[in-house]
Amino acid sequence: MFEDMVTARYYEERLQEEYLEGKQPAFDISAGPIPGELHLAAGQEAAAVGVCQHLRDDDAVTAPHRPHHVAIAKGVDLNRMTAEIFGRKPGLSGGKGGHMHLYDPDVNFACSGIIAEGCPPAVGAGLAAKKRNEDGVAAAYLGEGAISQGAFLESLNLAAVQKLPVVFVVEDNDWAISMPKERVSDVEDGSQRAGGFDMPGVRVDYDDATAVYDAAEEAIGRARAGNGPTLLEVQVHRRMGHFMGDPETYRPDEDKEAAQGRDSIERLAEELRAAGVDDGDLDEIREPARDRVDEAIAWAKEQPEPDPEDAYEDVFVNPPSGATTDEPTHELAEPGGGD
Amino acid sequence: MAQQEPQAIERDLTMSRAMVEAIGHEMRENDEVFYMGEDVADYGGIFDSTEGLLEEFGRDRVMDVPISETAYLGAAVGAAQRGMRPIAELMFVDFFGVAMDQIYNVMAKTAYMSGGSVAVPMVLTAAVGGTYNDAAQHSQTLYGTFAHLPGMKVVVPSTAYDAKGLMHNAIRDDDPVVYLFHKRLMGIGWMPAPDGPKTAVPEEPYVIPFGSADVKREGADVTVVTLGLHVHRAFEAAETLAEDGIDVEVIDLRSLVPLDTETILESIGKTGRLVVVDEDYLSFGVTGEIVATVAEERLAELEAVERVAVPDVPIPYARPMEDEVVPNVDDIEAAVRSVCS
Repeated sequence: MFEDMVTARYYEERLQEEYLEGKQPAFDISAGPIPGELHLAAGQEAAAVGVCQHLRDDDAVTAPHRPHHVAIAKGVDLNRMTAEIFGRKPGLSGGKGGHMHLYDPDVNFACSGIIAEGCPPAVGAGLAAKKRNEDGVAAAYLGEGAISQGAFLESLNLAAVQKLPVVFVVEDNDWAISMPKERVSDVEDGSQRAGGFDMPGVRVDYDDATAVYDAAEEAIGRARAGNGPTLLEVQVHRRMGHFMGDPETYRPDEDKEAAQGRDSIERLAEELRAAGVDDGDLDEIREPARDRVDEAIAWAKEQPEPDPEDAYEDVFVNPPSGATTDEPTHELAEPGGGD
Repeated sequence: MAQQEPQAIERDLTMSRAMVEAIGHEMRENDEVFYMGEDVADYGGIFDSTEGLLEEFGRDRVMDVPISETAYLGAAVGAAQRGMRPIAELMFVDFFGVAMDQIYNVMAKTAYMSGGSVAVPMVLTAAVGGTYNDAAQHSQTLYGTFAHLPGMKVVVPSTAYDAKGLMHNAIRDDDPVVYLFHKRLMGIGWMPAPDGPKTAVPEEPYVIPFGSADVKREGADVTVVTLGLHVHRAFEAAETLAEDGIDVEVIDLRSLVPLDTETILESIGKTGRLVVVDEDYLSFGVTGEIVATVAEERLAELEAVERVAVPDVPIPYARPMEDEVVPNVDDIEAAVRSVCS
């Protein structure tokens, strides 16, 4: 868990550096080595690692637009994820998706750029597991700003009435872009929404990875045993703006300072020290984790960009007038379970 | 004593400032006008669409809402049905799917289904457009989607002057109006705009009627019909083509519904050659509509036609692929040369 948290945090620090290259002094979103928007998740690692520790490769995870920490915790291929973020050809999606649209079918990870959009597909993954009499589970990640979305509330209901093996993980970082939590919901504890669907709702204190681990163990065990979904809300913090370049003028200084004063990784390190792990042992985890990140970034940057014509692959396109095509639009993997 | 004449004050505004000026004026004039959306109050709109409005009007009239498009866009419809004049912002047009039932089954159809007895005098604003590598879920233009479904007026400004006049008209209109602004035209700091959209804007209110396309550049050889960002790309292509003696007329549609067919047909009568440029998908969209209209009415005068649009693929993330699919100045230039050859 500590290793994944350190990896995720360092990964984000390195992405931040790379992203800002060429975008300063005047921020221009079109410049620099990383295209598009970038939403960093530093401060949210506890929610990622505490849950994903209990998941297998065949368990599904759907993450929102701030996906890197969850992807790392789920075991997404770091090199190919990084190549995707840099818009390179060997990226997970061949450069088509970018940082908000990372798909790694090897570990059943997906994310998307629209709020609460991953909830219904997670329910679908749970449904597939149940229909096939498998013990797989699905975890749907969303932010606390997304708990008002119809897609989330409808997913809770469907998962509950069908007793599907789904864990909804709300990462409460206190802010939905510029909206503080108290103006999003009249209940401070988002896990209370579970009550309306007669499912367990659990809330974990600020950045407590161990408590997340324990709560997730129970929720995932419950799901795997066929006893239905759980809503797990984890209080995390947002160390940076909503997206890189966000001036955060709406956010009080004391709130920014409070966020900087919290650190889930340090909290876990303290616990480990109390349990007898010394700083040397922690460094032995940190250093290779950092090397791995540096190597992934260096590798990704060496990779070629996609060809312009690659834009026409992986989707069925109306053939131009008079043209015919026998080529499949993309190769599908063999369906699981055989014919 | 001589009455003082109002002075026309020369000042250039960004497109976002011009939009906000019209909204502010209408809110001052009419207590029934209010603005709601995600990050529109404290943030001022992610694309500066409401900058400064909170300070003047307060949270009751500039409302941040939870992320719940179905609820708040539907609530805007409901308030409009009661005679208020909401302006509701959908942050990215790509998010329309979350709330499309409220948009096209309720907002767009109420007037018709009620036999004209219930109006929905609201404005739905949304940011459109790519060109900054934000990939398939944050880069669409979708002009055609909204124009295709009956019941909504669809407006697309390309300059600050137009943005203000069209916004005044949109808020005063008794039908639902979808007002689509291109991110790259807004004049926001972190997304450099081309030179064109920042224009002189009068301080006093004025109305640009819908269905009045604007001949933004006169020319004799070929008609380029377009809208939004691509008005400016068409200008750039026209400058290059002028060096080779090709005289391009650029028509900015300004509204898709209603569509000003007269201005287009008049121009075709003059040039006989048509290029339609759209940042939306090629098939079943704006380009097909314009070409079909011209073919129906002026087939005999039509010598050549080309369409330039996104070739029916989602918008890819990496720069070489996005550059490939989003029409650029070279694509427009090539299409014009093709119809002139």
